[in-house]
Amino acid sequence: MRGKTVIAGVGHTTFDKQPGRSTISMNIEACRSALDDASIEKDMVDALYVKYPTSRPESFYGQKLAEAMGVVPKVGGAWDQGGAANASMIGMAAMAIESGLCEVALVSFADNPRSGTRQAYESAGANGIYGWFGVPAQYAMVAQRHMAEYGTTSEQLGAIAVAARKHGAANPRAQLRKPLTIADHQESRWIVEPLHRADCCLVSDGGAAVVVTSEKRARQLGIDHAVPILGFGQGQSSWDIEHRPVLTRTAAKASAETAFRMAGLSPKDIDVAQLYDCFTITVLMMLEDYGFCGPGEGGKFVEGGALEVGGVLPANTSGGLLSETGMPGMQLVIEAVRQVRGESTSQVAGASTAIVGNQGGTMHTHSTLILGR
Amino acid sequence: MSERTLTRPVAERTELEQHFHDELAGGRLVFQRTPANAWLPPRSEDPVTLSGDWEWAEASGAATLVSWVTYHIAYHPYFEDKLPYQVAIVELTEGPRMIAPLELGGRSPVLDMPLRLDIRRDGGEWIPVFVPGDGS
Repeated sequence: MRGKTVIAGVGHTTFDKQPGRSTISMNIEACRSALDDASIEKDMVDALYVKYPTSRPESFYGQKLAEAMGVVPKVGGAWDQGGAANASMIGMAAMAIESGLCEVALVSFADNPRSGTRQAYESAGANGIYGWFGVPAQYAMVAQRHMAEYGTTSEQLGAIAVAARKHGAANPRAQLRKPLTIADHQESRWIVEPLHRADCCLVSDGGAAVVVTSEKRARQLGIDHAVPILGFGQGQSSWDIEHRPVLTRTAAKASAETAFRMAGLSPKDIDVAQLYDCFTITVLMMLEDYGFCGPGEGGKFVEGGALEVGGVLPANTSGGLLSETGMPGMQLVIEAVRQVRGESTSQVAGASTAIVGNQGGTMHTHSTLILGR
Repeated sequence: MSERTLTRPVAERTELEQHFHDELAGGRLVFQRTPANAWLPPRSEDPVTLSGDWEWAEASGAATLVSWVTYHIAYHPYFEDKLPYQVAIVELTEGPRMIAPLELGGRSPVLDMPLRLDIRRDGGEWIPVFVPGDGS
């Protein structure tokens, strides 16, 4: 599969509040912008994959969007993997193209949890009776175990947020552009200890989309800035965190191993990373699971500015979920594309390989993409 | 303005979940088991063997601490005057893991520390609280 398919175009809405605007409307803007970027006519689209809006799931969302866009897909639909879905759908589109099911796929996502309902993120489950609520607490439980097991500190988690905000400050599209210091991170209020406010991502409205096609088709169409898909993989930890035998390892490991094998690359070959930073601990553990450092070494790895442009592994160079937009995952793919094209607002000089880690739930689902030339 | 809610938030329960809570009210923490597995929360089939042929068993109440968090924000009015409070993942000696309130009486949590079950009537419900298990 290495290099057989490409991301031919990328597009997105602004990342902020879009009160009163439907997710269909935001998906259409993102798709229109991605098609424009690829210089591909809508009539060529024969596949449409969409991650349904997380904050308000509805059935047949893929067909609703296809109808609203006037496209008749051969393959596609809505996919449910939470935040891993966008990268996974790009891999599925690549496989569908390579196996001849379709030629040009739009992969899109939009949601409006900031101005619309956040019900899906806030419902109390069976353990609400014990005071157990919310998504942050689940990540906090993982972070606490990591701290107790390996001596990871809150300041080390803070370094991940500091890097994201530094890159976000340089990105005019970012929702939160105020730089952050470790002291600011430490002073930000507890959400659920050991996670501070500055460990937690933004809540944002918006849409983002990419166009996937074959390398051959992109060449025929003269799309010079198409970025090859070198590898992809998936993995699922599945169980709720209290039932996971090991809290500090996830299926991100299997996902990355599959993607690296397909790409014929290893962590040392990666120039820039876009890692799903819904919470800082997610990035830290992904660095370990992906093999950028050993198990338990994530804290030491990030504390010296390794993730900032100029560091060992520049990461989340558009600001990530902590600073650019809280939208789940597609914008990380778009930033990886921009890095390989040389168009990032925090460009890594000569970046030719980029890895993207998307994940959903509380590290329940994971999906990896490796892009590059 | 709004009336204060003084009972804990109780989610809709399956029959099996209701049985679990009825047993708690009787002073027993129960889990399910087959010869191959022991588990919580209550399920109709054993996730290991996929068998629907299982039995209830009573936990000894001995457990260890897997991880914990401290809430500084109340997500429900009942917990407003409980802040800060701790919630843990505990592993019962018999194997199942569960989410439960943690009350260490001022002691600092330590990974894998022994815990003991203390079922209490609180906020209209019977709650499986875990406290230090080494007698201190």
